[in-house]
Formats: sequence, structure tokens, C-alpha cells
Amino acid sequence: MQPEGKKRIWAEYQKSVPEDHFFYVRSCIRQSFFPGSEQAFLKIMRNDLGKDVFEDPRHTTCTGIGYHGDVVPFETIQTVVARQFSLATEAGYKNIAISCVTSFGIYTEILETWKHFPETLNTARENLYKATGRVFDLPESISHASDIIYKFKDEIAAKAKYRLVDITTGKPLKVVEHIGCHYAKMFPKHGIGGAEFPHVLVGMIESWGGDIVDYPERRHCCGFGFRQYLVQANRGYSLSSSRKKFESMEPYQPDMIVTNCPGCGMFLDRWQYVIKDIEGVTYGKDGEGIPSLTYEEMAGLVMGYDPWELGLQYHNVQALPLLRKMGIEADPDKRFLAKDGTRLPEPANLINC
Amino acid sequence: MTKHVVIAGGGVAGIEAAGALADLGQTVTIIEKETAAGGHVKRWHALFPDRRPAEEVKKYLSHRLKNKNITVINNTSVNRIRHHGHSLTVETSAGDNINADAVIVATGFDLFDAARKEEYGYGIYNNVITAPELEDMFNNDALVTRDGRKPSRIGFVHCVGSRDEKVCNHYCSKVCCVTAVKQAIEVREKLPDCEVFCFYMDMRMFGPYYEELYREAQEVHNINFIRGKVSEASNTINGRIAVKVEDTLAGRPLKMELDVLVLMTGMEMSRSGARLAETSGLTTGKNRFLSVTDNHIHSNRSNMHGVFYAGACTAPMNITDTISHARAAVMETVNYLSKL
Repeated sequence: MQPEGKKRIWAEYQKSVPEDHFFYVRSCIRQSFFPGSEQAFLKIMRNDLGKDVFEDPRHTTCTGIGYHGDVVPFETIQTVVARQFSLATEAGYKNIAISCVTSFGIYTEILETWKHFPETLNTARENLYKATGRVFDLPESISHASDIIYKFKDEIAAKAKYRLVDITTGKPLKVVEHIGCHYAKMFPKHGIGGAEFPHVLVGMIESWGGDIVDYPERRHCCGFGFRQYLVQANRGYSLSSSRKKFESMEPYQPDMIVTNCPGCGMFLDRWQYVIKDIEGVTYGKDGEGIPSLTYEEMAGLVMGYDPWELGLQYHNVQALPLLRKMGIEADPDKRFLAKDGTRLPEPANLINC
Repeated sequence: MTKHVVIAGGGVAGIEAAGALADLGQTVTIIEKETAAGGHVKRWHALFPDRRPAEEVKKYLSHRLKNKNITVINNTSVNRIRHHGHSLTVETSAGDNINADAVIVATGFDLFDAARKEEYGYGIYNNVITAPELEDMFNNDALVTRDGRKPSRIGFVHCVGSRDEKVCNHYCSKVCCVTAVKQAIEVREKLPDCEVFCFYMDMRMFGPYYEELYREAQEVHNINFIRGKVSEASNTINGRIAVKVEDTLAGRPLKMELDVLVLMTGMEMSRSGARLAETSGLTTGKNRFLSVTDNHIHSNRSNMHGVFYAGACTAPMNITDTISHARAAVMETVNYLSKL
């Protein structure tokens, strides 16, 4: 491996991420999959970095899943996105921060379409005005939330309470990074590091002390793929894609998987549970599963946030081995306690318990 | 009366044009940007289709330069050509202005930078190399992986930077297919136990005895030709290269591990030629190579009076065609000079 080759590519794919004042658009599914991740992003941005991040409760789904599932037409989704822009315009924000990789792909696809086919922008303006009476300015910047954490990775490292290092050996944790296909595979120039060797998560992991696992199926899709999963008959394809990745990463004995996409994080976690249930197979060291975290969860751990506040207990593959390696003390018995101390139902057959 | 011709570029085309002009009694100055004339063939070990030693052609070119009418200026490039009355002035990167009665542009081609096809990991993965780097291995009799192992499986990727819309090169570089066939045979001869795979889009065996070489590769040397492009290359835990290919004839995806992956990099308009075209007002085509005034009957003429083209500055060419094209450029030049 010649690291300078990767650095040359990374230097070619750097994007401008604003310093401050973001209009944050949440994901419609991430809060179910990873209940603490978006909150962790907001806490890091507002409380730890002192940034202005605005949210509007009138913001809706981008309808991306419907679009990729062939039930929402392109003209419709353009109008929905135009409405999100009109909310940002109304609030006086020009920098859009997007939680979801699917949405990020939708926004970049639409902006590129409007750029190359200006008549479609006029149509979107007309449709939005007719439907809602709203108008909008085009944003000055579009950033995925992982772009923003990447930008401030060194500030986070400077404030970090923990590092991605195994305290028992002193060695860096081995981290598999997985980037959502819609982050840069459609428009490499919009992704930090491009499509083939994305740097957005690599930069965070290395800045916080971890090592990257570059395994043969690194670029392979997690298997979500919308129609692969949404059409029940195709789910075997989804599962087999993730399985292919697990088998490819297994020899490297990774300590965790980190993703920046809702579907990827979900399925790289969920399918480990399914494979263990069906075949009794796990892919981590000593029969363990490989914890699959979002980058906000990883950043939250590094910053010393309570793992149960981050929602790590709601993954099928529990992060307890990872917490032990990082030296994070967290009482497993408190995982499913509500704020008022009542005990919540505990999912069965969790891995790494 | 003896005339003076300046030739921009001292590769195969430039040398052949210089030799032919000198034989006809003209004085010639070759301006070559490298430390020595000779062009890309300097690096080659053997040539298709007969696999003669490249040294023979190199010796021929070297001998061509020994004519007393030829002067070679190395480490210098032509910055600009401009008209000066009925003659031409050639401005060089050394700051000299050289008067000429005619100019032949023979700036050749640059090899496509394989790192631009990021999916193959050239410059990142140790055993992803280019065709010229394989020639270096043949020259050094060192056909081994970066860590000194004898390869047991080698793959060739055709059309790297050619016929590829993503890198804005729609054209075929012509020589890569037959070069891959030649190199694949050489690998099999040097390493009889090594499996060899060629991943191609179409096999373009356009020249005499090329098709025969392709047949020999399959029938005699058991080289595997798979119709499909490599979509990506990755490193394995033991330092091999994992490739994914769609076998379009079998209609199924294919994944395999290789010890060495050879990228058949195509030709692009040379940077020095492109710069010269821009400064001098020479027209270029959609493929960015120099445009000739007529593709069929005036393939050496430029849009500038007294300036002629030779070789791969106009389009990808093999050595045979380059030499023929250079000789035709000389005929056009001599005709032009006779009318001055």
C-alpha cells in the first residue's frame, strides 16, 4: 500500500464546508434506527463547538425512499426539496446540513439537474408557488453532516476524552469505514475524498487515533439498495450483499464498523443478528459481532458522552466490547432504563451480551 | 538550394522525418524536450507483432540521427511557432529564436495517467502497474511482485484511458490490445506456471499479423481472454489484487485474485503539443490531438502555412504507421520547400 497515492486523491476531492450557521435537515428514518445520533450531532455542534445550527419543525421527509422506490416522480421530489429550501430562505440560512446520505444524494442530484437544465428549476419554482405560495433562494452550500464533523475533527480531537485506541494493548482500534453509495458515487466532487477512496470517515477515524481497514469489499454496497430491501422478495439480495462484506472484513478482525448512511448503519448491524440467528455465524474476534456505529455515535464516544444517551443499546450488535477497549465505563444494567428510572422492554438475542 | 527545417519532437516520427530530410540534403534541427531523442520506444523491450527486440528499431533510429545535416537540441521544447515574412521563427524554452523554412510538429503523445482511473488503485496498491512498467521488468529480467514474489496469476486491463467517456477519451488508442497480447505471451514464456488473463472490451487486431498473434496467444499459450471491463481493484490481506469483472460473454460477474494487475494505458495528446497548439494557433480536434486539413488526402498538413505534422501528434499510431506518416510529412515538406 502506498499512502501517498490516497493522499493525492484526497487532495483532489476537497469541498468547501462552511464554518457556521447551518440549516439542519433531519432524516426520516435515522431517529428510529439510531435514536441518539442526530441529537449527538446537535450537542457536539452547539455545545462543544459553539456553532449555530437551526431546525424548522415544518421540515419534512425528502421523499427519497419513495423516489428510489419508484413511487415518487422526479418533479414531485424537486418540489419537496424546493420547499425545504424555502424554509431555509425564510429563516435566513444559506448553508444546508443534511443528516441522511439518501437525502444528500437527492439534494445534489436536484441541484445538478437545475444547474444543467435551468428550465427544470423554473418548473420547480412554479410548482412550489402554485402549491404553497412559497419562494426560495438556492443555498450557497450543501454539506452532509459527516462533512461538517470531518471539518471539525481536529477540534473534536483536541476536546476528546477518549481515543480510538485499545487501552489494554495501546494499539489503534481497527475500524471499517463504510460510506453510503449516494454520498459520492453519483457525484464524486461532492464527497470529501471522492468516490473510490472517500476520506470523510477516514479523516475522523485517523484524527481520533484509529486505524483504517482497507478490505477487498470496502466499496461494495451494504445491500439496502431501496428496492432490494423494500421489495420483500429481494431481501435475500440485501442480506447477501452485507454478508459478502462481513466475510471480506472478517480476516482483519475489525473492532468496529462506522457508517455515514442510515441504511448502511442499519443493515450492517441488523444483518449480523440475522446471520447469527440463521447460521450461528459471527464475524468479530472470539465469536463476537462487530459493533456498527454511526459517525455521530463514534464522535460522541470520543467526546465522553454516555453510551446509553447515544442510544448504542438499540443496536443488535452491542458495543460493550468496544467500550471496554476504549476504557469507557458504562453499566450494562442501565442500558434499558428510561429517564424516570423505569425499565424499558429489552430486545431479545442481542449480540455481544 | 538547401533549406532549414525545424522538427518539434525527437521521437520516432521526429527522427524518421529528420533522417529522410537529411538524406534529401536539407538541414534539420530537432528540438527534443527529454535528455535524449528516441521517444517512448526507448523504454520498450520487444515489439509487436513479431516480437523483434526493440533494440533493433532503437539502433535504426539512433543511426538515423548520425547524419551530419541533423542537429539535436535536447532538454528543450518549442514554445511557439510564428511567421516571419516567408519563413518561420521557432521560439524555444531556452529562449532562442530559430529561423526555419518549414516546421514539422512531431510532439507525439503522452501516456494516459493511470491514477486517473481511481478504481484500479494505481499508485496506491503495490502490484498495480502499467504496460511500460512491465516492459521495464522485461528489460531488467525481473518479473516479480513488489515484495519479490514470483507471480502465479497476472491480469491485463485493456482500454485504460481509451474509449472511456468518463475520462473524455472516446477514441481507441489502437496499440493497447496487441501490446497486451504480446506482453501476455511474454509473461507465459518467462513464467510458464503463471496464469494470464486479459480483460477486454473488443479485441482490435487491426494490423498485419496481429490477429495471428491473438490466435497464437489463445491456442499456444493458453491465455484467457475475458470480454468485460474490470470495475474495481482492491488489496487483499495477503497483498494480492482482488478484481471484479463482468464476464459479458458468460453473462455473469466474476471475482478473482491476481498477483499483478497490468493497466494498458492509452495515448493522449502530449502536454507539450497541446501547449504549442495553443500558443501558435494550431487547431485541435475533439480528441484534443492536432487537426489535419484533410483526414484522407492531406493527413500531414496543418492550418498554418509551412507547418506539417508527423506521427502520433495527430492521432494514436503504432511505430509502423508513425514512420510512414513521418515519411509522408517529409514529402509534403519538400514539395512546399521547392516552391519557396
